[in-house]
Amino acid sequence: MELLIANFANITWQSVVMWLIGGVLIYLAIAKEMEPTLLLPMGFGAILVNLPIAVPGTGVQHVLGTLFDLGINGAELFPLLLFIGIGAMIDFQPLLTNPKLMIFGAAAQFGIFFTVGAASLFGYDLKDAASIAIIGAADGPTSIFVATELGSKYLGAIMVAAYSYMALVPLVQPPIIKLCTTKAERKIKMVYTGKPVSKRTKILFPIVVTIIVGLVAPDAVALIGFLMFGNLIRECGVLNSLSETAQNVLANLITILLGITIAFQMRAEEFLQLDTLIIIGLGLVAFVFDTFGGVMVAKLMNIFLPEGKKINPMIGAAGISAFPMSARVVHKMGLAEDNQNFLLMHSIGVNVSGQIASVVAGGLILSLVKAIIGG
Amino acid sequence: MHIDKLLAALPIMGTGYLGIFVVTIVIIAVISLLNKTFQK
Repeated sequence: MELLIANFANITWQSVVMWLIGGVLIYLAIAKEMEPTLLLPMGFGAILVNLPIAVPGTGVQHVLGTLFDLGINGAELFPLLLFIGIGAMIDFQPLLTNPKLMIFGAAAQFGIFFTVGAASLFGYDLKDAASIAIIGAADGPTSIFVATELGSKYLGAIMVAAYSYMALVPLVQPPIIKLCTTKAERKIKMVYTGKPVSKRTKILFPIVVTIIVGLVAPDAVALIGFLMFGNLIRECGVLNSLSETAQNVLANLITILLGITIAFQMRAEEFLQLDTLIIIGLGLVAFVFDTFGGVMVAKLMNIFLPEGKKINPMIGAAGISAFPMSARVVHKMGLAEDNQNFLLMHSIGVNVSGQIASVVAGGLILSLVKAIIGG
Repeated sequence: MHIDKLLAALPIMGTGYLGIFVVTIVIIAVISLLNKTFQK
């Protein structure tokens, strides 16, 4: 009998708090359907790694620790493999039809760079400030990749914040968009021409983007390379079964492993710190200023555009990489102002360009931080 | 407040944000060229 209850003595209040946090993540995943593919494995993993064991680092902690070392810490395999699946899922046609939309993808990375400054002001070292700021990439694999490459000790908190805010885009973005725009601006209608794009362009696009980004931001080449490889599989037209496998089987398999492996970083002794709350707050700052940056650049462009060619500044907010939530938010807001204002194709174009821009931002951050700290 | 750390981060903030626009403009130019070259 004593043997059965011996482990109860190893329970700490910190473990119990982590079980509750795990329970909340599982609740949000199931009841609120907030990023369930990741929040559910993370929530369950948070309970798993905080079960009391006599010797830390053994048992399930050893198993998840090994997965973490192999899939994330070593060569960032999980986020990179997931990018093949994401690349295979994305149709870049709305962007290729109107490439100028990419400007908003770039503009909406403002929150990342703003948050580097904000986190530094809070006293975080440059590598941690940059890792925290990349929450604003609104892109889980990029956040994991950058935080791991920079060796940030806050990976667990960064991941929870990144995926939570991605799920909260429909709540975070609308008030910021409304604050930055007038009713008249939100009613601006944009014509979608839907020009056809040749197959050659669709095939050359992933190759060319990989070369350009690889030359300018070599630290991002793994991310952009795997993303664009997935897209090339999709667009080449001769690898349909591989494309379907990448979109479904590969992406699902890696997502399962990624979610539960990240939970290894949610051990009570590392997660229950004031820093976690500050990081979650700074993540919100990054999302807010991403939205602000995208909308403001669109407003700036409108100053120079003639009447009839003006841009609905709300589409700038879709430049964050949270795909396709952000595009849907903008489309819905357009319809709420005027039920004939269809912004979906424009906002999708901006949204997919945000995917590329967030990877470029991650690569530039890595290059610049490494250059400064000499990594 | 760590003003010294903020000042150290300023080059990353400026160069990084500017860098994204530079890369983006190059990609826009290349896509436009591809669209013109391989018109459907």
